[in-house]
Amino acid sequence: MAEILFWPALLLYGEAAVGYLGDARHPGAAGRAATWGVRLGWLVQTALLGVQASRDDGFPWGTWAASLNLFVWLVVGAYLIWGCRRPYRLLGLVVMPLAATLLVVARAGGGTGAAGRSHYSNLFLVLHVGLVLVAFAGFTLAASLSALYLWQERRLKRREATILRRPAPSLAVLDRLASRTVLVSVPALTLGIAVGIARLVSRHDHVDALVVATLVTWVVWTGYLGVRAAGWSGRRAAYVALAGFVLVIVVRLALPATHFG
Amino acid sequence: MRLVLVGTSHHHAPVELRERVAFDRDASRAIAEQLGSAVCLSTCNRTELYVEAEDADEAERLAVEVLDELEPTLYRLRDHAAALHLFRVAAGLDSLVPGEGEILGQVRAAHDAGTPGPLLDRVFRHALHAGRKVRAQTAIGESPASVSSAAAALAEQVFGDLAGCRVVLVGAGKVSGQAARNLRSRGAVVALAANSKTDRGQLEAELAHADVVVSSTSAPGYVLDAPTVERARRGRRLLLIDLAVPRDLDPAIHELDGCYLYDIDDLQAIVAETLAGRRNEAERAEAIVSAEAEKFHEWQASLEIVPAIASLRALAEEIREQELAKAEGMLGRLDESQRRAVESITAQIVNKLLHLPTVRLKQAAAAADGVIYADAVRHLFGLGEDER
Repeated sequence: MAEILFWPALLLYGEAAVGYLGDARHPGAAGRAATWGVRLGWLVQTALLGVQASRDDGFPWGTWAASLNLFVWLVVGAYLIWGCRRPYRLLGLVVMPLAATLLVVARAGGGTGAAGRSHYSNLFLVLHVGLVLVAFAGFTLAASLSALYLWQERRLKRREATILRRPAPSLAVLDRLASRTVLVSVPALTLGIAVGIARLVSRHDHVDALVVATLVTWVVWTGYLGVRAAGWSGRRAAYVALAGFVLVIVVRLALPATHFG
Repeated sequence: MRLVLVGTSHHHAPVELRERVAFDRDASRAIAEQLGSAVCLSTCNRTELYVEAEDADEAERLAVEVLDELEPTLYRLRDHAAALHLFRVAAGLDSLVPGEGEILGQVRAAHDAGTPGPLLDRVFRHALHAGRKVRAQTAIGESPASVSSAAAALAEQVFGDLAGCRVVLVGAGKVSGQAARNLRSRGAVVALAANSKTDRGQLEAELAHADVVVSSTSAPGYVLDAPTVERARRGRRLLLIDLAVPRDLDPAIHELDGCYLYDIDDLQAIVAETLAGRRNEAERAEAIVSAEAEKFHEWQASLEIVPAIASLRALAEEIREQELAKAEGMLGRLDESQRRAVESITAQIVNKLLHLPTVRLKQAAAAADGVIYADAVRHLFGLGEDER
């Protein structure tokens, strides 16, 4: 059942990605179709996660691939909060291809089927994996907002004559939303890491590469909040956010084999 | 009922002529009452009289009398053509600037002030619906059509909601005044209107809190240079609009992080581009308007056929009841449930017999053959005759 739901979810996310591309060229119907693709795709993926949860008597997203599946759901869910509004459709150009790609990767790793039994406790997984994924979803969104900020700023700096033809969120709004998203995500990551370290210490486990990379990620995003408090905003803050997102990608995709048992 | 339109617009008459027949709300209402079932649409770009009447020629004659002064420039349209014209007007497709937003409100106001009959009421409501649909489904009205509104739209690209944004005006040109009005209408506050007598220190102090600077002086050199702006703004994001020729603001300001400087050429390029965009959107808008006008035409055509269908069904029902009454002797022996079954069967026979002709009549009405078919039905079934 979970496998059957994967394909429509992927198809709808893919349709949304293509739709947003079409909307960027000719705003209108393609953007509306893309928005519905995101909404329906997210509902289908919710059903997929529901089926996974119902089939497992524990936390079903304990493996890296399954957690990637949950991560995609969180990213798209966070995007849905305001991303479907017309000026933010451009953000879908960044978020939806990423979501579709990561969903494919999650499936390739076996994260969209029936979950295997994990040797971790449910509470630990919910807190550790859940909080870290929520934080990473927030960082992904903040990085997307920052990318959109840089794109919009470049258009203003270039004095593009077409700047008013394609609606985009204002610089001030993008800057503020990115900052607020990180402000919520950093505490979530802090708690998630704290839970993981507490378990690491209590079991006398070793520190692996993923733990180190996650700590570096935490430092960068906490640094983001620090430099913003020191008065950085706009372009410079956006570059810091993108640097932080590179680390999120590394942690999510490059190092999972060192961590998941 | 016929729909008649008599009017003139910026396409046909210059402003010197149009102003002679520009009517305010009260005058428009008086004219509508004078013409019977009518609506007078009077804006700075057009004056049009829409009249609903049985006698189209007479209605047109009376409407022309009202606009007598502009007789050579008047256009006259009827029925479908008149409706299509109104739909295009409501959608902003007949405006001086394609897609301008004010016209929809003006059409609504004209409708409210008029004395429309059922047909005119329907055509105006449908036109307003078409106008809203065009705005919702195309981007025809989204981009600014003047330098001053482009400046305000740029400010929204930088700051989003302009409520509370502080504007500093340097100099007092006509366009900068319009830009200030546009910014104010979006919630911005003009914090300082500086002129040649304004203290330099006051201007720089205000820059520390400003979001938008609009400059339009006749000074021969730069009024503000990059080091001054960088020092005064204290890291704030700043949009600077330079409407002056020669320019007031040092172009190097644009290189500062968080500063966006647009001069008159930049703004004119944006306006030219957005107007081109409006013209592209106008093609999509025309398709929407045509489809809506066609729907209205089908509805209007169906009015011709509805009485014939109603008469045909009434005749069939009358015959059914008469035949049942004749058979009362036999039916009297039936119990209640059997009587209801007979009633139901005869009603079904009538309905099934009339279903296809009814559908075909409606289709014929939509295809503009409605009147011919309606006459044929009346003739074949003797509808409307005193004796059958």
